Amino acid sequence: MSNQIIQGILLGGYYALIACGLSFMFSVMRIINLAHGSLAVFAAYALWLLASRFHVSPFLGLLIVLPLMAIIGWALQRFLLERSARGGALLPILTTFGLAIVIDNMLFEQFGADTRSLAPYIGSLSYDSWEWPGSIYVGKLAVIMFATAVVLLGGLQLFLTRTRLGRSIRATSEDPDTAGLVGVDARRANAIAASIAMVTVGLAGAFLGMRATFDPYAGAPQLLFAFEAAVIGGAGSLWGTLVGGIVLALAQTLGAQVHPQGFLIGGHAVFLIVLFVRLSTSGLGLRGLLRLPSRSAS
Amino acid sequence: MSLLSVENLVVRHGLLQAVRGVSFCIERGETLALVGANGAGKTTLLRAIAGAHQPAAGRVLLDGADLTDVPSYRRVGMGIALVPEGRKLFVQMTVEENLLLGKTAGRPGDWSVDKVLEMFPNLKPRRHAKTGHLSGGEQQATAIGRALMSNPEVLLLDEVSLGLSPLIVDRVYAALQGLIASGTTIILVEQDLNRALSVSDRVICMLEGRVVLEGPSKQVSREDVTKAYFGLHRKSPGSVPA
Repeated sequence: MSNQIIQGILLGGYYALIACGLSFMFSVMRIINLAHGSLAVFAAYALWLLASRFHVSPFLGLLIVLPLMAIIGWALQRFLLERSARGGALLPILTTFGLAIVIDNMLFEQFGADTRSLAPYIGSLSYDSWEWPGSIYVGKLAVIMFATAVVLLGGLQLFLTRTRLGRSIRATSEDPDTAGLVGVDARRANAIAASIAMVTVGLAGAFLGMRATFDPYAGAPQLLFAFEAAVIGGAGSLWGTLVGGIVLALAQTLGAQVHPQGFLIGGHAVFLIVLFVRLSTSGLGLRGLLRLPSRSAS
Repeated sequence: MSLLSVENLVVRHGLLQAVRGVSFCIERGETLALVGANGAGKTTLLRAIAGAHQPAAGRVLLDGADLTDVPSYRRVGMGIALVPEGRKLFVQMTVEENLLLGKTAGRPGDWSVDKVLEMFPNLKPRRHAKTGHLSGGEQQATAIGRALMSNPEVLLLDEVSLGLSPLIVDRVYAALQGLIASGTTIILVEQDLNRALSVSDRVICMLEGRVVLEGPSKQVSREDVTKAYFGLHRKSPGSVPA
């Protein structure tokens, strides 16, 4: 059992990585980015292209792909999300949904339906492990992913609380109009926040490609895992994202012990329970959700 | 040349014309009180000067430079800082973080977190507390401090006494007297006529978006202002000494 728990915790690091950008964009820009998973797969393909065509190691490839993702984030915010946000809260969600479809089909058009992986390009790291006392084997890649998640979340936390730019981003997320009145360029702050979110998506995409296989339509399940981890951890909370990722991964790992189909079901069940508890404590709950809107007597 | 000039400013909220062709100037080191009933257009005028509202017509000039199309965040760097009505603090952030935000695009100058805490000693023990947990007086002090951190040329104060107990208002005004004495240029929106007249050099009374009375605070009687406040006195040349 302790082996399953350790494997679950380490898998939680990957989920925290992929949920980090989603949670960050939601907390700062109040946008639920449904293209999140597709963008992670896009980054994985970019790394695969560099590795297979130009023999660039995926780790070195990050030096090219992460700045590219930052530019994509900036452009996405300036030319798509900012404009769609003027049309209300629903429009950015629909826009990112459309963007996900465009990215998925573009990748399919370019790379076909074959599954790919970055594992062949990282040598023995994809399968090497350390033996811990009690005959517990932990994968080196899983430990690196977990450590990356902790460093990334800690770094983001420090950035948001200790730097002028971080404070500007937080102020913009709280009240963009007042942020402008104290000298913060809210458009710039949001564009930088989108860039940061996309860099984390790039990292998540890299680890997705290293630990598993991916295809053009692999974005949707990644979005689902990211969404579940973010909600379990309390959307918008950085360290909560790590906790959410770990809880989701533990539920999946333990679910798989109960039944072969239990991996996904365990995660979804915990997500639904947490969602229900959250809604109950916020005054909604099942009764509130099912209650029909009252109609005034005419 | 006046430090700040407002020329025929018109500001609309949809179909409603909140400010209707207002013009005035303020000299360096002067304190101008804007008074008027609720809905007179004082807050809209102040926010238009700060860049939060885009005017439909007219100009705002600072030291001769036209600010009309300059966004609010750049006006802070040019020397205009607003303490908004209702304080509008970032409640998820601490007192210190709110103060430091004021410095984001501000001008170089003397104001620092320590200097603000010296001016408002009640904030010292609350330095690392989230502003959402502060009392009204502490929040107002933080809002004023945040504006001062940008080292403004013109400080715009919107209803700083609103919702505060008289004792706290006395403290806030004692701090403002220090600012006035140091030569800070201030435009003050205030409902309390006595306070507005006592701290300002000049007073402007607005009614339905227009200036209906303007004159030096020492020469304008409370009765004149009260009449203008309720629309019983209309601005006419020579009616009030300017």
